[in-house]
Amino acid sequence: MNENNTGLKKMMIILSKATLDSVYAAFVLANGARMEGYEAEMFFTFFGLEAVHKKKMNDLRFATVGNPAMPFPTMIGGLPGMEAMATKMMKKEMAKLDLPEVPEFLEILSASGVRLWACKLAADMFKYKKEDLYEEIEAIITVGDFYARGSEPGHKCCLSDFVGRNKHFNKVFK
Amino acid sequence: MEKTIAGKTINVNEEGFMTDFGQWTKEVGEELGKENEIDLTPRHWEVLTYIQDQVKKEVGLTIRGIGKSGIVDIKEFYALFPKAPLKTATKIAGVPKPASCI
Repeated sequence: MNENNTGLKKMMIILSKATLDSVYAAFVLANGARMEGYEAEMFFTFFGLEAVHKKKMNDLRFATVGNPAMPFPTMIGGLPGMEAMATKMMKKEMAKLDLPEVPEFLEILSASGVRLWACKLAADMFKYKKEDLYEEIEAIITVGDFYARGSEPGHKCCLSDFVGRNKHFNKVFK
Repeated sequence: MEKTIAGKTINVNEEGFMTDFGQWTKEVGEELGKENEIDLTPRHWEVLTYIQDQVKKEVGLTIRGIGKSGIVDIKEFYALFPKAPLKTATKIAGVPKPASCI
């Protein structure tokens, strides 16, 4: 299916966090794969499940604590209201770039043919049922099931949370 | 570099995108479609014409924008141009490759 002869066929992208920076990174990667003619599948685990939880996906925020790239110290990031303020600012910037909000982005992904899966262990832990999740989530599956879906040659797996934080990511992506 | 297609000489870049839209004709488009393994139907042409119009208006092309065009939704866009739809469609339409990540 791929247009380029790089040998890459499918990107398997794992999201384990619900902070907007991680969520957008994962969504852009998955969408970008489809736009380039690769297959793409996403696995939502741990807090990443909140990005596909019907009642939570609208209220995701940027992390102001524990995020070394934020332009102020972590202690200030921990003050009440900082997260909401930073989120508001960042969302404004993203609107300028024509980036959709999370629910619309999910619609774009599923319309583009990205296959979406939720992690069984995490769903059990948070007591989420399939009906709590975005309707295009195909099923709640184990990590083994997900790996099996990406086990053919040319299928690459990446943890989206590594973007911008871990140099090894680039190696994985290549 | 130059290439001959549908009896015409056209200039393309290393990725195969035409560099001079003035050289594009419907026949060139048909041939570029075949090169990309797509038999162009009237539905394809509606999308290609829309893309050319947007480029003429200097509107940036994105998957999201195409989905909101009222011409085609994202699912059908991928069905019409299954391999890298935005890249393939712009290539056939004779316009530059969009520099878009979404």
